[in-house]
Amino acid sequence: MKSVTTRVWTVAALLGGVVLVGAAQQAPPDPKDPRVGLKPGLRDAGVAARNMELTATMPRPEGFFDPKQPAGEPTGPERTTPPADGKPVEGASGAAAPAAPATPATPAAPSAPAAGAKPAPPRPGGGGLDFANSDIAFAGTNMWVGNFHGFNTYDVENPRKPQLLASVVCPGGQGDVSVHGNLLFMSVEQTRGRVDCGVQGITDTVSKERFRGVRIFDISDLRKPRQVAAVQTCRGSHTHTLVPDQNDKSRIYIYGSGTGSVRSGEELDGCSGEEPDKDGNTALFSIDVIEVPIAAPQTAKIINRPRIFADEAGNIAGLWKGGDHGPGTQSTSRTNQCHDITVFPEVGLAAGACSGNGILMDISDPVHPKRLDAVFDKNFAYWHSATFNNDGTKVVFTDEWGGGMRPRCLATDQANWGANAIFDIVDRKLVFKSYFKLPAPQTATENCVAHNGSLVPVPGRDLMVQAWYQGGVSVMDFTDSANPKEIAFFDRGPLDEKRLITGGYWSTYWYNGHVYGSEMSRGLYVFRLLPGDLLTQNEIDAAAAVQAKAFNVQHQDKLTWPAHRAVALAYVDQLVRSGTIPADRSEMLKGAVTNGDAAQLSMIAGRMGERAATLSGVDAARMKALSAVLTSMR
Amino acid sequence: MATNTLRITALCLLVAAGAACRSANPAAGAGPAAGAGPTTTGPGLIQPGAPGQAGRTVSVADATDLSKVQFTPADVRFMQGMIGHHQQAIEMAALLPSRTSREDMKLLAKRIEVSQLDEIQMMQEWLKSRGQTLPDPHAHHQHDAVLMPGMLTQEQMAQLTAAKGVAFDRLFLEGMIRHHGGALTMVRELFGSPGAGQDSDIFAFASDVEADQQMEIDRMGALLKELQK
Repeated sequence: MKSVTTRVWTVAALLGGVVLVGAAQQAPPDPKDPRVGLKPGLRDAGVAARNMELTATMPRPEGFFDPKQPAGEPTGPERTTPPADGKPVEGASGAAAPAAPATPATPAAPSAPAAGAKPAPPRPGGGGLDFANSDIAFAGTNMWVGNFHGFNTYDVENPRKPQLLASVVCPGGQGDVSVHGNLLFMSVEQTRGRVDCGVQGITDTVSKERFRGVRIFDISDLRKPRQVAAVQTCRGSHTHTLVPDQNDKSRIYIYGSGTGSVRSGEELDGCSGEEPDKDGNTALFSIDVIEVPIAAPQTAKIINRPRIFADEAGNIAGLWKGGDHGPGTQSTSRTNQCHDITVFPEVGLAAGACSGNGILMDISDPVHPKRLDAVFDKNFAYWHSATFNNDGTKVVFTDEWGGGMRPRCLATDQANWGANAIFDIVDRKLVFKSYFKLPAPQTATENCVAHNGSLVPVPGRDLMVQAWYQGGVSVMDFTDSANPKEIAFFDRGPLDEKRLITGGYWSTYWYNGHVYGSEMSRGLYVFRLLPGDLLTQNEIDAAAAVQAKAFNVQHQDKLTWPAHRAVALAYVDQLVRSGTIPADRSEMLKGAVTNGDAAQLSMIAGRMGERAATLSGVDAARMKALSAVLTSMR
Repeated sequence: MATNTLRITALCLLVAAGAACRSANPAAGAGPAAGAGPTTTGPGLIQPGAPGQAGRTVSVADATDLSKVQFTPADVRFMQGMIGHHQQAIEMAALLPSRTSREDMKLLAKRIEVSQLDEIQMMQEWLKSRGQTLPDPHAHHQHDAVLMPGMLTQEQMAQLTAAKGVAFDRLFLEGMIRHHGGALTMVRELFGSPGAGQDSDIFAFASDVEADQQMEIDRMGALLKELQK
């Protein structure tokens, strides 16, 4: 989420009958979709799902929701595991708080002044940003869920029964987290952030107590994280990206992306929010590169603020100036910041979603990223995040039209706005291929737009599981980058029937066999994918065969698949699905792959290798990979 | 107005023993007493210290006490003032269709209108949910109205209303650039007020106003240059 309420023009309404070029690329949302008309509610909302199911959910722990909002929706804990049928649970008995405060001690207090002013209506439970869950990081069998108010550590060794290990109170938003070894990194941008993690904010307008930047925690004791460093930055850190030094494992870099207002030089030396023509040293138009010595994180510091938007003439404001792209087009934000950067060190590339542009960077020298290409898009309002496919040949950029807090998946909304844009990387340049947007229309009380996701490592396909706020979770197949399609989804009704309460899924990521989601107000969700006509059990098993030691979504590693039967069978399923292997031969082939001896596998591998040479495109690659897996399995 | 902008901390003091402001966890039944230790239902809450310092365990009540960062009179004044400020931008934009011949100007006006309407609604919601007075969006028409930074006086509005063609375009752009510049001033004043701008929603909104209006100022500056060619 960008820190935005209503930044973007609600232009859909203005367009009337204007048909945009490219609009035909995405079908309008389907009014008959099962996600339409779901019952609203915080804990008892209706559910629609296809090819995936909920395996566990846990509400935000105590200390991470607003106790001053008991009226309306209950905000208390619910059962931590759903019934076996996977349907979400009703609030457990403890959560069934009365709609009206039972005793005077339960507040409406903030609005019950003795001074005679009319009392405020109670603010709805479950919403608001102060305690909202944000991004997720993983390492081993643990998961960290960031929150505007701190972070929570879970043990997810049993994904059906996550265990809360630690709740860390340290406000400042957004609280996006990453983990490297024993260190946890956290983004802080709000002016209420304090160096000492206090909840009381800062009264002085200039204060050394204020913290905006990247916090570093030692998590060697999972249950007792300690803050070991706090690197102050001029704009704070909205998001951040861990970047390894390929030649020196004793340190790691952080790309800090700030999107907020720049603080005064009085508070932090050298900070200036002036336009470049007034101050060439402005904190606008840059990112922060922070160096962290792993053994001495307390010495972490900013070592560069590269001007990655500069043009050839050296003008640091060299990219999109902001505004529309002609009549009937979206108004795109100005490029003076990156919202999010995803690095893929093994291919030496980073993709930056930088407000007004999508950019591609060479990060072979990580301290000095070099821009290779920049694209803009007349349907994009705000370039928000980027995800590479596993080959590093495609990038999915998201457009956070409306900043994440507005309902932007209405049936009447432009289908290419607030969507994903899929690009191929050709000769280190970005080439636009298509848009993809959640195909189910959402209501006016559901904030919805493209948000964070990760790859689902099914070999032979490019799949991404993605959060769409209250639009739910959607799995997109972009193997054919010109024709992306949805293959699974999970959605619940709005938090509230009458009011838009900001909420929904912030991030949904695949990690070692399951999909984990951070729902801003409903808490932690765990899903598993189910087989169907668009995804087989072999493909799901093959994805689960990839076991990562850790995962931060802004840092992609090239995934490789072990020589497991499931991986071979996944390729067979795909080749049957595409018609390359006739269906009537598939059972025989699968039998041979499953039960065959070394000689048989070798023979099949050889034949597949020969066949691959006669094919082209994705099926050639699948056939070749199948041959290679069978060869290794022998 | 001041009576409506009492901060929650002050209100807490009015309530016996402050209990209502501190023990408010509906799920825990009666809720932990003020100052009670961590609950036994979870691992407890840890509040780390500054880098290098020891952390401590905190009660749910202490951990969720955002009373000091809720909103200040300056936050409320900012929201109340910005409503009238936005309303004038809409009134200026409404003059455009009948007075300009430029399509890009008409489009600009439509966008200003839509975005400012959207934001006015958000600001009204913000004030309403905090029990604050909603200002009359048209209060600036009153003769003795105190105008927010960058707003056009009644004389300047009359002058703009009377203009046509290129003269209008120029006046409009100059006026709207000054008007938006005033919004930036308001944001600076907000963050320059002790304790203000800390509520998550207002931080988000003010950051937003700053980014958008600066962008539009740049955009309008370019249009103005074009007119002067």
